[in-house]
Amino acid sequence: MRNLWIIISKYNAFFLLIIFLVLSLVLLVNNNSYQRASAWNSSNRLIGGSFERVNAIKNYLSLGRTNDSLAFENARLRNDLKSSIFSDSIKQQTVTDTLTQQQYTYIVSKVVNNSIHQSNNYITINRGFKHGIKKGMGVMSAKGIVGIVLNVSEHFSTIQSILHSDTRISASVNGNIGSLVWGEGNYDPRLAILKDIPNHVIVKKGNRVVTSGYSLFPSGIEIGRVTRTGLKGGDSFLNIEIWLSTDFSNLQYVYVINNLLSLEQESLEALNKTE
Amino acid sequence: MGRIILNNLIRFILLICLQVFFLKNIGFYNFSAAFLYILFILLLPFKISNGLLFLLAFLTGLTVDVFYNTLGLNAAACCVLAFVRIIFINVTVQRDGFDNEPDPRLGIMGFRWFVFYAFITTFFHHLVLFSLETFRFSELGYILSRTIFSSMFTILLMLLAEFTFFRKKVR
Repeated sequence: MRNLWIIISKYNAFFLLIIFLVLSLVLLVNNNSYQRASAWNSSNRLIGGSFERVNAIKNYLSLGRTNDSLAFENARLRNDLKSSIFSDSIKQQTVTDTLTQQQYTYIVSKVVNNSIHQSNNYITINRGFKHGIKKGMGVMSAKGIVGIVLNVSEHFSTIQSILHSDTRISASVNGNIGSLVWGEGNYDPRLAILKDIPNHVIVKKGNRVVTSGYSLFPSGIEIGRVTRTGLKGGDSFLNIEIWLSTDFSNLQYVYVINNLLSLEQESLEALNKTE
Repeated sequence: MGRIILNNLIRFILLICLQVFFLKNIGFYNFSAAFLYILFILLLPFKISNGLLFLLAFLTGLTVDVFYNTLGLNAAACCVLAFVRIIFINVTVQRDGFDNEPDPRLGIMGFRWFVFYAFITTFFHHLVLFSLETFRFSELGYILSRTIFSSMFTILLMLLAEFTFFRKKVR
């Protein structure tokens, strides 16, 4: 105790400084709004900053658990997504009309797989024989025709699209029937060739090309527009280049055309062959 | 003894009046302000006890603060000033010389010593003053420049005042 007093009296200037400095600082902080606010702010920032840093370390340590829970949540949300549910409902619009008989019904379906850059392109849709799709039906989109149903499973069907070297579709331009082909030196997914239009027919650039109604499609469905007409040397037919109205690169929804009278037509036409 | 008290009292009143009514309104672009009132603390007698010195410094600062409306700011700076003064005098002046030299004045201690004394004490006073006024370490450059320019101004005024009341004494 005595030593303490000796120290204090020996360095009394220092202790006095502390006493008076603390006194004046208390006065300063308590009576001046700016300094008070600054003092509170800086202490808050100090405390807040240290908490933040500790929190960051804690977060880092629990990253694994957080990741697990996020992945779990992602999986759960993905399960709830509309795209992961197989929609079984068929939107089949049938108009009951007593005056006219319905010939075509349309089955809406979604494109689940698509290719445009091969020499033979196929499209897969999420409708199968369960929904009434049969081999050989025509497929169109909102903008134009798409192709022909090739194979059917219970839930899915594959479509041989126009962009296929074997596809032949009966098309008409200005009332003249020709056949639409793709491939044969033209592998542009936006272009197709209309063949078998005779030489004397006047075809201009921009003319509409539509389905003829002789094949699977109802007549008058848009196929595309003429971009170039040219004579092949020595040939008696025009070679017409068509800009397809269907953009195959962003195809999403297609309609499968169900021809209700096709069975009757086929059975009748089959008689011709047997004769 | 009574004469010393009277002298210091008159000096106190004069310096405070000068500070709060005149120098408060003088400054160069908010960059340099004179705080001549600290001359009172500088010129207190050598023999004054530390406790009394601190008390007087604190009260002087507080008085100025009341007029400046910054309670505690000048008081804190004056406490630091008193501490610096004690250390400086301990280092530079022999204790047995106190009888011959009652006041740390220019005429008594000599020009060089006084300028040094004034510079050190004023610098620390102003440094604490502006630091506490700004209250932010991020503006250290601003604090330092204000401290240096204000110190120059204050020391100039101190020397003027000391030369005005110059009394050459034979040592």
